[in-house]
Amino acid sequence: MNEELLRIENLTTSFRILDDYYAAVDDVSLTVRKNEILAIVGESGSGKSALAFSIMGLHTRARIEGSIFYKGQDIAALPPSKLNKLRGNELGMIFQDPLSALNPLMVVGSQIEEVILLHHPKVSAKERKRKVIDLLTKVGIPRPEHTYELFPHELSGGMRQRIVIAIAIANEPKLLIADEPTTALDVTIQLQILELIRRLKNDSEAGVVLITHDLGVVAEMADRVAVMYAGQIVEIADIYTLLSDARHPYTRSLLQSIPSAGSAKSRLHVIQGIVPSLQNLPRQGCRFRTRIPWIDESAHEEQPGMHEIAPGHFVRCTCYKSFRFPDQKEGGARHAIS
Amino acid sequence: MPFLEVQDLKVHFPVRGGIFNRKLRSIKAVDGIRLAIEQGQTYGLVGESGSGKTTTGRAIIGLNPITSGTVLFEGKPILGGGVRSRPGFRRDIQMIFQDPYSSLNPKKRVLDIVAEPLRNFEKLSAQEERRRVQQLLEQVGLSPETIHKYPHEFSGGQRQRIGIARAIALKPKLIIADEPVSALDVSVQAQVLNFLKDIQKQLKLTYLFISHDLGIIRHMCDHIGIMYKGRYVEQGTTADIFENPQHIYTKRLITAIPDMDPSKRERLIKFREAVKAEYEQAYEQYFDEEGLAYPLRPVSKTHLAALPEKG
Repeated sequence: MNEELLRIENLTTSFRILDDYYAAVDDVSLTVRKNEILAIVGESGSGKSALAFSIMGLHTRARIEGSIFYKGQDIAALPPSKLNKLRGNELGMIFQDPLSALNPLMVVGSQIEEVILLHHPKVSAKERKRKVIDLLTKVGIPRPEHTYELFPHELSGGMRQRIVIAIAIANEPKLLIADEPTTALDVTIQLQILELIRRLKNDSEAGVVLITHDLGVVAEMADRVAVMYAGQIVEIADIYTLLSDARHPYTRSLLQSIPSAGSAKSRLHVIQGIVPSLQNLPRQGCRFRTRIPWIDESAHEEQPGMHEIAPGHFVRCTCYKSFRFPDQKEGGARHAIS
Repeated sequence: MPFLEVQDLKVHFPVRGGIFNRKLRSIKAVDGIRLAIEQGQTYGLVGESGSGKTTTGRAIIGLNPITSGTVLFEGKPILGGGVRSRPGFRRDIQMIFQDPYSSLNPKKRVLDIVAEPLRNFEKLSAQEERRRVQQLLEQVGLSPETIHKYPHEFSGGQRQRIGIARAIALKPKLIIADEPVSALDVSVQAQVLNFLKDIQKQLKLTYLFISHDLGIIRHMCDHIGIMYKGRYVEQGTTADIFENPQHIYTKRLITAIPDMDPSKRERLIKFREAVKAEYEQAYEQYFDEEGLAYPLRPVSKTHLAALPEKG
């Protein structure tokens, strides 16, 4: 237990737009331990998927700075040939959109077989097929022999996602990265997929990075949570602390904006303004300050760093100390229209 | 008299094939739905993908041809029962679409998008039209100067509000909202949901709210209907459905909602396993040979469930 599997240090992933580089992932540091689910939460454009792709080395045209240590080895610096030995083997990835992650011209069984063949060329064809059938059974696909021969378009969304998961876990990865694995799935299917990921983690003691925008999924699954806003991590804490004692204004606002059973029928909290685009990110100071204009400028740090306010609980910037919701001051809900 | 009443609505799509492209069989997307909404209320239609909830919404507004059944609006039939179309009902019923990226024409300016319903039904001078559009944009919280912009210049939440401005342009009485926030981020979702509640009060709107997200349905709706394979499995007030679900399918849906309290995880896993086991065991009892729900029978005054006949 508590064995460190992945350590990311000061990772910055930048994309070139016209003649400049813009950081989609900006100075991110985090760790993932064995047998742990770390959730990365953020809205679209927060850089959470760019982070996942960086870990797997899937960006082709990005500039990547910083280090990604997997079991002590810096995989960000590895040449593709060496990285390919890890990817699909010790590192597994579940992609968001199963339809674009699967080859439409290949039966799904062969697609799973491919990853086994690639990393274990000595396994006999018969053995390989047996392994694929086992995997299909493991991810909960009924009639695996029949499904083996089907093309992706012949399967439903939930079934396709299971195939993507089967590919990701075919070689029993030690680290599993799941990028929005249940977005666009129905609740009952979502639950089955989440249970599957949880069971796989328990069986193999793998570390899991779960990327999602859904706080409900986080509450169900995560051991620890990192909240991302505009490319940066703004808060990291264990799940209990994050849900009961969140400090960063962004985390607190997000938690207030979801309809929950407790606050039924009341107004939801709305975060003012919009997420700045990659090119318009404020390069100086707290990135969330434009969304909370009623908080005094002096509350923010000039160079916001991460502060450890309790063991394992990190918050960016000092603005959390003086943050309050606008209606706490004015007594009454306010919103965009007047 | 209910404001909107749907009686025994059926929408069947033919499956054609063979040599003469004959009708081989039909897909019963909506198979006998009845619902009634009172003015000023929000009625939620819930179901998983393929349950027929969107088809129901589209059929009520006339976007899908109905196979049989009647739709009564303010007591008068608008669809079905030999009525082709009551002129003017299209003014009173409007729709908000799911995807704000594909429901706005990318080649049109905001002015033209929002003015389109006005141009269809009202003869306004260019100046009046412009003023109306600016008012509408202000009403949805967008700056009136944006009328010359194109949809791609807006964020997802703003686009959805342009769609809402278009929907309320003719002062409709009923709005059918088909998954209006499912393509939006959580914080933007909150903005649109709050806004829908505000204009409901201001304009005395009635909503038919279609969603697969039970958290949002619970937040927004007064009455709920749960669909499965084109039929209702349960119908009732929000309290009936969430606090006293009768049908095994409803129970399973509700227990699948993610819980925000991580300390309940272990208990929840066990509870869900029990519900799942009950579901699998009782499936044949709750659904007929074709896997369809039985007719609804009353549980209480407001609450109906598709329970099997006793004995």
